[in-house]
Amino acid sequence: MERREFLKKCILVVAGASVPISALKLIDPKKVFAANPDIQWAFLVDTNKCVGCGFCVKACKTENDIPFDANVSRTWVERYVYTKDDRRYVDSPRAALYGFTESRVDLGRGEFKEIDPKNVGKAFFVPKLCNHCSSPACTQVCPVGATYKTDDGVVLVDRKWCIGCGYCIMACPYAARFFHPVEHVADKCTFCYHRLSKGLDSACVNACPFGARKMGNIHDKNDPITQIIMNDRVGVLKDEFGTKPQAFYIGLAQEVR
Amino acid sequence: MVGQIAQHAMEVHGEAWTIKELFTLPNEYIYWSIQIVMYPFMTGLVAGAFVLSSLYHVFGVEKLKEIARFSLVFSFALLPVAMMPLMLHLQQPFRGIHVLMTPHFTSAISAFGIVFLTYASIVATEIWLVYRKYFVETANQYMAMPNRSLIDNLRMMIFQALTLGAWDISHEAVEKDHKACKIMAGIGIPVACFLHGYAGFIFGSVKANALWMTPLMPVIFICSAVVSGVALCILTYVIVQEIRKYMARSKMARWAKDAAAPGEDELEATKHTEVMISSNYLLYFMIAAMTLEILDLIFRGYTQVKSWDILREVIMERDFVKIFILQYTIGNLLPFIMMILPGRTVRRTTIATVLVLFGVFMMRYNVVIGGQAFSLSFAGFMDYHLPIIPHNLETFKEGLFGALTVIATPFVLFYFINMFIPAFLKEDSTH
Amino acid sequence: MKSHVWRPLYVVIAFIVALLVFRFFYVPNDFGSGKRGFMYSFHRKSNVMEWKNQPAKYGVSGRERMHEYCSACHGAIVKVRSEKLHGVIPCEDCHGPAMQHPEKPEKLSIDRSRELCMRCHTSLPYTTSERKRIPGINPKTHNTGVECVKCHNPHNPSLEGMK
Repeated sequence: MERREFLKKCILVVAGASVPISALKLIDPKKVFAANPDIQWAFLVDTNKCVGCGFCVKACKTENDIPFDANVSRTWVERYVYTKDDRRYVDSPRAALYGFTESRVDLGRGEFKEIDPKNVGKAFFVPKLCNHCSSPACTQVCPVGATYKTDDGVVLVDRKWCIGCGYCIMACPYAARFFHPVEHVADKCTFCYHRLSKGLDSACVNACPFGARKMGNIHDKNDPITQIIMNDRVGVLKDEFGTKPQAFYIGLAQEVR
Repeated sequence: MVGQIAQHAMEVHGEAWTIKELFTLPNEYIYWSIQIVMYPFMTGLVAGAFVLSSLYHVFGVEKLKEIARFSLVFSFALLPVAMMPLMLHLQQPFRGIHVLMTPHFTSAISAFGIVFLTYASIVATEIWLVYRKYFVETANQYMAMPNRSLIDNLRMMIFQALTLGAWDISHEAVEKDHKACKIMAGIGIPVACFLHGYAGFIFGSVKANALWMTPLMPVIFICSAVVSGVALCILTYVIVQEIRKYMARSKMARWAKDAAAPGEDELEATKHTEVMISSNYLLYFMIAAMTLEILDLIFRGYTQVKSWDILREVIMERDFVKIFILQYTIGNLLPFIMMILPGRTVRRTTIATVLVLFGVFMMRYNVVIGGQAFSLSFAGFMDYHLPIIPHNLETFKEGLFGALTVIATPFVLFYFINMFIPAFLKEDSTH
Repeated sequence: MKSHVWRPLYVVIAFIVALLVFRFFYVPNDFGSGKRGFMYSFHRKSNVMEWKNQPAKYGVSGRERMHEYCSACHGAIVKVRSEKLHGVIPCEDCHGPAMQHPEKPEKLSIDRSRELCMRCHTSLPYTTSERKRIPGINPKTHNTGVECVKCHNPHNPSLEGMK
């Protein structure tokens, strides 16, 4: 055959052969499994057990250097009080940093509502935190790639890169984010990522005396938390937004927003 | 009590101007305040000014020639100001460049860097094409000057640089300029729409916010942007023409002493024509903007989804005056009626444009602040109090004075730009 | 491209090139996407280690291990705590973070305020919550102004045999 034809065929063969060869390198199965063990962190809140002591909030603020006198928190506890005359009161005074030490409900603007104990129907506490969603709206809207989901399922903020636009704060349906008053960048619960990597529990999980907060690896079928999530009836918050939150709740009432 | 001692010792961002009522989540504040209201307002003016100028350059609406040139230069003065509110808002303004460095394209805000620069390039190019002949002639004038002072030398160098080395001002060369200008204006219209459409997308795509989430948001923003831009151009044009009339009458400015300078009557006649034609276009876009906004409201009230209870209380009760009186009546309906009533005068139109600008501003305000007036819990409210007297840098940047700085800057910039790119150049064969 | 009308484009291209050169030096080269793709995990990869390396303040995790850690030196106090009462409370909840205790700090804080006890022991009439299982008082009427620990031993809070 002609020289040109020969050269063309050569190039074709070489190109064709290089694809599977390079593919072997790209998709080396041994390398894939040797990478991080398969962890996806998930959180379990048992609202039946929460008494509203607020030790979790105190521990979180201490552990993560969120100033006590700043009115923001990475985690908080909400109190729901339903009266027998069909009214609902919700509050979270100072994010429950000092617990709930008054039976009167905080209505904001310096107003309070005294509730007659005989009038109380159901009442319970709901601890909340960042849900570390699987499809987080917050990471989607960050304009500079300063917030992201790690390979093991934790959503973090890069303090050195965040420009402080606040889009992630507006995008979060759960109000888990805020501007750090000292660092002046976006901040939120990190599942105490620095503790997880040392084999410790998150500060709030560590602090809860009643076992209302637990964390586990949802990809490990033998993890007791995973067992609860798989076998018991658990719920998530605001699932209509499609963010696929990874914080699961036992005992959620329909009125919990 | 231990907890209450240092209650407000450390103010978090948003706390200074947010009054929280009933149940709001602990981290909720009005994070996007007056500067985020100013930003779409300013970019809207930019986009609208450009569209007005393009009506002449692309669609050949001959009568709009004078105001078209002015609005082109003015939109160039508005461009840097579009960035100001964002820089004043960012918690880390020196990192603002990150949007260009690592743009995360799934975020609408990341479009800002690219769209803004594209649009700036187009406007700058169009201005260059329109004014190139003027730059060359002026540079030649300076170069031919026998005794140049330091300032003359500086001016000469600037004009030389502005020519970009293209010194040919023959008829064919200038014709090429005109053709290219038409193309740039044509490209510029969709880019201007994109510049403001994406701003609407920023809000419309936030699924967490019950008021913002609607596919209509980008379209509403574009239409009201054009409305505001056209209105501002008409208003500024009228004011500047009045100033020039005064200067012509009193022979104050340098140009007025020239024999061929337009006299007071000519200025008045030009003003009248330009204003009448542009205000027609203003009306068309006002109808579009108003229709979409009312449509959105009707849909919400009809479908009554989960958020309706709290939204209804915000829209119909708490913000009723801001929305229905200030924005819709004074800002939309009143100027609309003023302009369609028979016997439209320049004076009536001018007052109407002021009201229209106010209406567009209130629309931005009601969207941005209104969207943060209710809690994500749907069980509480947040009241916005614009900081008037600042007590720290934050309440200055995001307060009244920050907003006023943003509003005043385009006029200051226009004054300086006008020295090199005169908005009222009168030439015979020019575009 | 001979026509002069292309000149502004050259200016724009020059600007873009300058920007890209600046970007080459400014942006750390470990920017990329994680397992969740560009939309959800575009980030500066070294940030993950930065977060992991942050020192921990609170110490040993879990109620049981807490008691082991603290009872090594403070065994007497830990022993009296009943599992049914204050035994469930991690020592660090009241005494602060103890990761590096006794090096830093040498002495943990002892919070004797009423506010600490009120967190759980303010009586709240909530029958549908675990709160109902905690005995409580009305802090506004019960021995106001006096520290709770003057009469109650927080490490052995049994109401029998109180001072």
